[in-house]
Amino acid sequence: MKDIIVENICKSFPKEHIQALDDINIEVEKGELFGLIGPDGAGKTTLFRILTTLLLADSGSAIVNGSDVVKDYKAIRRKVGYMPGKFSLYQDLSVEENLSFFATIFNTSIKENYDLIKDIYEHIEPFKNRRAGALSGGMKQKLALCCALIHRPEVLFLDEPTTGVDTVSRKEFWDMLKRLKMEGITIIVSTPYMDEANLCERIALMQKGKILSVNTPTHIKSSFPDPLFAIKTEHMIKLLADLRAIPEIKSVHSFGEYHHITLNEPSENELQLLHQTLANDKHEAIDIKKIEPEIEDCFIQLMSN
Amino acid sequence: MNSEHAIITDQLTKSFGSFTAVDHISFEVKRGEIFGFLGANGAGKTTAMRMLCGLSKPTSGSATIAGFDIYKDTEKIKTKIGYMSQKFSLYEDLTVKENIRFFGGIYGLSNKALKLQTNKLIDTLGLESQSGKLVASLPLGWKQKLAFSVAVIHEPSIVFLDEPTGGVDPITRRQFWDLIYEAAQRGITIFVTTHYMDEAEYCDRVSMMVDGKIAALDSPEKLKLKYNVESMDDVFYHLARAAKRGE
Repeated sequence: MKDIIVENICKSFPKEHIQALDDINIEVEKGELFGLIGPDGAGKTTLFRILTTLLLADSGSAIVNGSDVVKDYKAIRRKVGYMPGKFSLYQDLSVEENLSFFATIFNTSIKENYDLIKDIYEHIEPFKNRRAGALSGGMKQKLALCCALIHRPEVLFLDEPTTGVDTVSRKEFWDMLKRLKMEGITIIVSTPYMDEANLCERIALMQKGKILSVNTPTHIKSSFPDPLFAIKTEHMIKLLADLRAIPEIKSVHSFGEYHHITLNEPSENELQLLHQTLANDKHEAIDIKKIEPEIEDCFIQLMSN
Repeated sequence: MNSEHAIITDQLTKSFGSFTAVDHISFEVKRGEIFGFLGANGAGKTTAMRMLCGLSKPTSGSATIAGFDIYKDTEKIKTKIGYMSQKFSLYEDLTVKENIRFFGGIYGLSNKALKLQTNKLIDTLGLESQSGKLVASLPLGWKQKLAFSVAVIHEPSIVFLDEPTGGVDPITRRQFWDLIYEAAQRGITIFVTTHYMDEAEYCDRVSMMVDGKIAALDSPEKLKLKYNVESMDDVFYHLARAAKRGE
């Protein structure tokens, strides 16, 4: 069963000359963990705001949990949870007051749905009397998630929940999402971190209002068109410049410890020639190996098309 | 002054009441080095950086930045450093050209040098057709590249970059690092924080702050060897997980 159906959605902001969304089509299954992956300006937030009925599209249609985002907006607001990218809780209410406020708005109580938020709330419960404004980033994030969940939504929208958050807290957050998924909640989450794509069941890669690709992370990675090689020598900055100057090389991008390259005509022979060229350029400890692409390789390749 | 080192800190400490945000950190950054300053949220990175920029007085300990003392010479330090962060970089309601002139002026360039640098910068970044436009209308990637170029317009000894590539697309992120490499090759010391662990690999050395202290400091290669892990992400995870401070 489809829980979210987005058809031909367009949205522009004429004053700013921005086409925020350009003919977006997405379907999300009931209970799916779906990721919108893309940098700032991709249109992730605009799409979230349309799906949570906070913004009207210029054209196209969208159904969330069986309700139309324009005609049935009131029904949707009761059924979805939304955690905006910008912290939007009441800074001068305490942790507990915020949570109880959101519960009351949705005609429920903390007690009624406590089992759903228990695992997350326990992290912040020792600070339940602290004002939300005085919480650290990680704790604000957890409180915001609790507030978005307290009415047991059918669909949960999380807009960049891990941006600016360190590796350890990011891992914790994704563990929480996996547990929520087991409760049968449909989760649609956006992130600028390409490595988090692998934690989603399906993803949409987005850039400048367009969708570059929608599929499972595995399928997107296996659709990478060329053999991909990782290459390393003792002088990585020089290597980058040297590789860019070699005409047989189709693409070169740095990826942490290695540079990733594709060749115009990949073959054993070409690789040996490359090795020789680099040795002639005084590179030492040359290490070239074939690798499987990461989501970021795919994103860059799709962007460059 | 030790001319080999752009930054020297010795037991540098900053407390807020009973809370020790930065706890006796001692390290050195070599001239022209790309130095990654990593740490979990709340580990004390921002507080440390504010002291190094001469914006916040330490509680105890000492440090010299480009040879100047961070207690006595804060004004001199400010002329020797550049600063850029994701949050604050340029004035959105000034044009590209106005921003360059404004920051160049603040950094003390003469009118003549300013004119020369402005043209050079617009040319290098390929911003000719955009130079009269408001910065607000530029794509984020261009803003970040322009912000970096402006932060080094006065050829500072050190440039401090606070999460400069947050939210930027993967291609622009790499172009940004090209700018960093160029600056480093001109001899500018780079002091950078990031949440992207692949970027930690681009640094000559990185330090990891945990609970206000420097828990590790070495080249990415040696850190991976030391903790017997595959990636800088694992190094980070290994060290930050041990944090006791409740963020």
